[in-house]
Amino acid sequence: MGVIPDAMLRKLQDRLRDYLSLPVRISRNMPVPEGSYERNRNQYNSTRILREILREAPADAIKIVGIIDKDMCIPILTFVFGEAQLGGVASIVSIARLRQEFHGLSPDDGILFERLCKEALHELGHNFGLIHCPDRECVMYLSNTVRDVDRKRITYCDSCDSALYAKTEPWRV
Amino acid sequence: MEPKVNILIVDDEEIVRESLASWLEEDGYEVKVAENAARALERLPEKEWNLAMVDLKMPGMDGIELMDEIRKIKPETIVIIMTAYATVDTAVQAMKKGAYDYIVKPFNPEDLSLTIRKIIEHQKLLKENIYLRKELKKQYRLHDMVSKNHKMIEIFELVKTVAKSNSTVLVQGESGTGKELLSRAIHMESPRKDEPFVTVSCASLTESLLESELFGYEKGAFTGADQARSGKIELAKDGTLFLDEIGDISLKLQMDLLRVLEEKEFRRVGGTQLIPVNSRIIAATNRDLTKAIEEGKFREDLYYRLNVISVLLPPLRERKEDVPLLVEHFLERFNIEMGKNVEGVAESAMRMLMDYSWPGNARELRNMIERAMVVTKGRMILDADLSLPQTPGVPLSNNRGKSLSEMEKEHIRRVLLDNRWNIIRSAQVLGIDRVTLYNKIRKYELKKEPVLNS
Ligand SMILES: Nc1ncnc2c1ncn2[C@@H]1O[C@H](COP(=O)(O)OP(=O)(O)OP(=O)(O)O)[C@@H](O)[C@H]1O
Ligand SMILES: [Mg+2]
Ligand SMILES: [Zn+2]
Ligand SMILES: [Zn+2]
Repeated sequence: MGVIPDAMLRKLQDRLRDYLSLPVRISRNMPVPEGSYERNRNQYNSTRILREILREAPADAIKIVGIIDKDMCIPILTFVFGEAQLGGVASIVSIARLRQEFHGLSPDDGILFERLCKEALHELGHNFGLIHCPDRECVMYLSNTVRDVDRKRITYCDSCDSALYAKTEPWRV
Repeated sequence: MEPKVNILIVDDEEIVRESLASWLEEDGYEVKVAENAARALERLPEKEWNLAMVDLKMPGMDGIELMDEIRKIKPETIVIIMTAYATVDTAVQAMKKGAYDYIVKPFNPEDLSLTIRKIIEHQKLLKENIYLRKELKKQYRLHDMVSKNHKMIEIFELVKTVAKSNSTVLVQGESGTGKELLSRAIHMESPRKDEPFVTVSCASLTESLLESELFGYEKGAFTGADQARSGKIELAKDGTLFLDEIGDISLKLQMDLLRVLEEKEFRRVGGTQLIPVNSRIIAATNRDLTKAIEEGKFREDLYYRLNVISVLLPPLRERKEDVPLLVEHFLERFNIEMGKNVEGVAESAMRMLMDYSWPGNARELRNMIERAMVVTKGRMILDADLSLPQTPGVPLSNNRGKSLSEMEKEHIRRVLLDNRWNIIRSAQVLGIDRVTLYNKIRKYELKKEPVLNS
């Protein structure tokens, strides 16, 4: 949703396929749901976006993760990096705050892509029923800052990985 | 496996319930929702709720009434009140009535995670031990300091640990963030608390005066020294020596001080006898010392000697949740001092306080409340009682793209103008000291503008 470079999506597709051993497909660009805009905060409500993604999800999708360039929030929190239905189908990741520019640094596509991978794996983990992990380096660790994101590795820790492995069994390639 | 933690969300807005529930579920909590107080009361017997997050303003029974009910039926359930800006004052009342905490929407995710984790942790302790609710709130307090910001609470915890050691502490932070207050707290938490706490204001003295102030002098050390005098280092004895505005001392004195820190002994000016240093040293500054080092104005070796334990106090604008807490704190204090009975701050006035950026930090807020309490006629502080710097007709968006220092410059210029360049009054309004104001006037090259009389 919004402007996400094709190349970045294709790279993400490859990475997700490699990490999860699941078939990964890029779906067409979806407009940012109008009703999700919160005028007084100039942010987008992630829960409303999630509802929209769910409505648009292809019938054969196992899980669907949306990538958006807009800054997201929920009413009670100043921002969220992403949101997922725990054990459900849909999740969403925003790249707005994953960009170096957001924090006053010069753009870095490499860093942005690493962060996006981690957060996409994180939200998909939730979709497969995983909750936050106390291991700071595990991709399922709750990251509230990019500092947290950067400290995580791009993989699941052993215990999250084995839980995930069991859950992805039916679709693994 | 750990037992599940149960959270009940009570809010009349569906999107708030759904989004918060989803966020908490990702963290592994068991979450249920209720759309009003009546429904919440119905759900209460369902399980042992660890935590109820309750919206303050709901049609029907409001959050505070519901909290009272919950505390009757499930006293071990902790209640957090959720509120928007405009109702913060009521939330403070809620805390007084026994709410564990209040959350001003929108809340920083990191702070929310931390708050909830802390509650769960304390609840575990509560089960093993009978802890009083008051004890939980104590973590917001360190002697005369209050804060509910997680960075500040971490600092309070750090202070309690390091107070026991003799290591030098460097306290940094903008003017009015509580550097001196914190330094006193370190002293009071330390085994030295019954010994003296001696302050040296390094900024206000010339080099030679500061030298004799610090080290003392022997009779005849210089003209006018007709009697020997001990310096502050000696006076501090086994207590704490507080070097305020350390960033302002000359390179020569930096060298002398470094030697004192290294050798743990010194000589009075004009003296030969070596005197041992037994005090603990705490230094504070509102200057950026790393920058001063780069510019060759501050010795790096001294910096490392001082910076054994480093504390950086965040400015008030980065911890707005402290505004209501500080207001409450100052109200209590000035009620006693002035023999008044002011009960609180009107909602709209609190909103103004929340929206303001507080360049002079907690001191500016304290001065603002003090003045408001002098002028207020009733039991509540109203908008008109606040003398917030007027930036009429300048919406926030107009300041976009302006740097912080540009805004600071503009703000100082206005305050000076409003106070006809009376430095003492202006410094008071800004909540900074005279020396800092002079430094800023110089830094921004501010000049007295001729006032056109009509
Ligand atoms: N956390 C706090 N809780 C309660 N009062 C506070 C707090 N922080 C600051 N204050 C109030 O602000 C006043 C100023 O604090 P303090 O003198 O410690 O600031 P400072 O950082 O030393 O400022 P400066 O750099 O201008 O010397 C205190 O006297 C106190 O009234
Ligand atoms: Mg001070
Ligand atoms: Zn998560
Ligand atoms: Zn893990």
